[in-house]
Amino acid sequence: MPTTAELIKFIFGRLTIDALPLDEPIIMGTFVMVALGGLTVAGLITRFKLWGYLWKEWFTSIDHKKIGVMYIVLGVVMLLRGFADALMMRAQQAMSFGSSHGYLPPSHYDQVFSAHGVIMIFFVAMPLVVGLMNLVVPLQIGARDVSFPFLNNFSFWMTVGGAVIVMMSLFIGNFARTGWLAYPPLSGIGASPDVGVDYYIWGLQVAGIGTLLSGVNLVITIIKMRAPGMTLMRMPIFTWTALCTNILIVASFPVLTVVLALLSLDRYVGAHFFTNTLGGDPMMYVNLIWIWGHPEVYILILPAFGVFSEVVSTFSGKRLFGYTSMVYATVAITVLAYVVWLHHFFTMGAGADVNAFFGITTMIISIPTGAKIFNWLFTMYRGRVRFELPMLWTLGFMVTFVIGGMTGVLLAVPSADFVLHNSLFLIAHFHNVIIGGVVFGMFAGINYWFPKAFGFKLEPFWGKVSFWCWLVGFYLAFMPLYVLGLMGVTRRLSHFDDMSLRPWFLIAALGAGVILVGILAFLAQIAVSIMKREELRDLTGDPWNGRTLEWSTSSPPPAYNFAFTPVVHQQDAWWDMKTHGYQRPVAGFIPIHMPRNTGAGLVLAGFATACGIGMVWHMWWLAALGLFVVIGGAIVHSFNEDRDFHIPASDVIAVEGERTEALRNVA
Amino acid sequence: MGEHATAHADHGGGGFHVTRKDYVTGFLLAGALTAIPFWLVMTHAVTNPTVLGFVVMILAAVQVVVHMIYFLHMNSKSEQGWTLLALLFTGLLLGIVLSGSMWVMHHLQTNMMPVSAEQMRQAP
Repeated sequence: MPTTAELIKFIFGRLTIDALPLDEPIIMGTFVMVALGGLTVAGLITRFKLWGYLWKEWFTSIDHKKIGVMYIVLGVVMLLRGFADALMMRAQQAMSFGSSHGYLPPSHYDQVFSAHGVIMIFFVAMPLVVGLMNLVVPLQIGARDVSFPFLNNFSFWMTVGGAVIVMMSLFIGNFARTGWLAYPPLSGIGASPDVGVDYYIWGLQVAGIGTLLSGVNLVITIIKMRAPGMTLMRMPIFTWTALCTNILIVASFPVLTVVLALLSLDRYVGAHFFTNTLGGDPMMYVNLIWIWGHPEVYILILPAFGVFSEVVSTFSGKRLFGYTSMVYATVAITVLAYVVWLHHFFTMGAGADVNAFFGITTMIISIPTGAKIFNWLFTMYRGRVRFELPMLWTLGFMVTFVIGGMTGVLLAVPSADFVLHNSLFLIAHFHNVIIGGVVFGMFAGINYWFPKAFGFKLEPFWGKVSFWCWLVGFYLAFMPLYVLGLMGVTRRLSHFDDMSLRPWFLIAALGAGVILVGILAFLAQIAVSIMKREELRDLTGDPWNGRTLEWSTSSPPPAYNFAFTPVVHQQDAWWDMKTHGYQRPVAGFIPIHMPRNTGAGLVLAGFATACGIGMVWHMWWLAALGLFVVIGGAIVHSFNEDRDFHIPASDVIAVEGERTEALRNVA
Repeated sequence: MGEHATAHADHGGGGFHVTRKDYVTGFLLAGALTAIPFWLVMTHAVTNPTVLGFVVMILAAVQVVVHMIYFLHMNSKSEQGWTLLALLFTGLLLGIVLSGSMWVMHHLQTNMMPVSAEQMRQAP
């Protein structure tokens, strides 16, 4: 008969009341705010009886457009959390000089910078990129959904599960204090015995499976489901970049999964892959994680390049300059992304041969990227450039990204890297390319495709406020870091003794404040746009005079996207159809075969998340139960034959009839 | 999913024509490639263990190729060449990752082993 203590230990593992941060006022304050906010939202949803609607129309939806929107919402929500971390760091570094030690103790500060990096890459940038691809790619290739719609829903909920695990660490236990890549031996069981690194591992493992599956899904969608006539060299550039990005995902995420699994074996069962003793080698972890990590950088930036290509071409009213070279540049980057990883650890001890090789490959990869910049410039040359919001973000990107690219080539020189590595110069460089490239790209994409997803444009005034605050705020926040880095200030410090550095940190903190205004303005832009949606309504389905197939259908598109699968004769298929007097079919509609919604994805991902939480807290029964239900549930679900239906022809006729009416009223 | 009907029609052109002869050939080759290494090891036909190891590994690699051709039906035509392209890309990446890691780790192993103060002073 087990004693009560044993029973409690069995049920709760190592979770005790001490894991709650009751003695830390900042965290408890945050917790109270988050709890109140969450309760308010839940209360409002209940008050307006929206749970059923959300469940039926969104959570269980296998419609690629809705899943894409949910990914983007996840990315924006997590942006708020990740940016709160950024503000905390900027405030701490601005305050903590000389005798003042700021307001964050080092153990908390270390969690903040680790969480900031993990959240911004895995739960902001990735969901935004994957969401945009989900939303746009099937529309651009004239398909009705992705190849595996159920898998798509499951992938999304796995990403949410990973985010939940990471967010949980804020209030129960703690997060890793290791930096965003959790290098051993610091992340080993000896130096990090508590739950922080385990939260990191299981959050990323759960989300990583979702990302990998969504990569498989989109690769197959692009290869197998293109409209007739759309050869590879007629695909829109965004679809091309999505193809290359997903190939990178499929080929690199398994490496991350394996590295984290090996680290877990070190931590859980006393293996010695990455320890300093018994034949282990921490340097192997660094090597392997960057074999995933460098392709990851291109996973994020390639779709942004795709967005800019679409935007520049549309708002210059011209075909993209150098389409073929753009495709080859993208493919070249895809392959080269695998031969540069060592530039992340030039100083770890490799000899001159190795460093020279990886330094040169890194410089080579800037060539196709530079070619893209020229292609965009030549597309604008002699075009009628319309300075709408997506174009503003694109121009901001081109200026900012070139600066980031140049500091990158500087860091690619191994001898220079010996001086600059691990300094704030590096921090400034990668924020320069990630904010200037990925974030600006995602905002350009959101502003560009929002009318397609929701049927009304985003409001331009608040959009411009957001753009200018982000642009100015970025320069204010990160140019000082370049200066500080050149002066030798290293990253991840929570305290400084040299008072002469302080003005730069104050400017950087001001910059972060300006970016905050940019983020709030973006939220205001969404709110104002929803309020003014009737004025901003797009009835044509083609608000920007677009060039690719997504603009040929209504805004928002019907569940089936296209009543008839379009036939493609040229690049810029929709532009080609418009210039050749395309007549929209108004009769002869037939029933459309579609997949059926299912809650299985959410349920399975929920158990996968429970499994991860069980592993973190050593609640072995929960981990085993979660794993068992995920595998068993997936097998049971695969026998579900009731997974598709036909939209009756009468419904198609009704929807298309409304569209005919709407188009007649516009004309 | 709406593409299902058309997707089925495409399968015919995908080069999915499997004959009994292919399976029998594959089975016999796979059997032979399994039997030979067993025979080599059990009869000590090759005495040098290094040579024996390499022979067994080469036979295993050929076995992999046999499985891919006869059982996974990979050839330059299936799925319009995509399976072959994917295979070559995977091979390229594995080659890069394995050879690169070994090169890098060899450097680190040579340069970063603990040394005594005396050795450090002697270092060039």
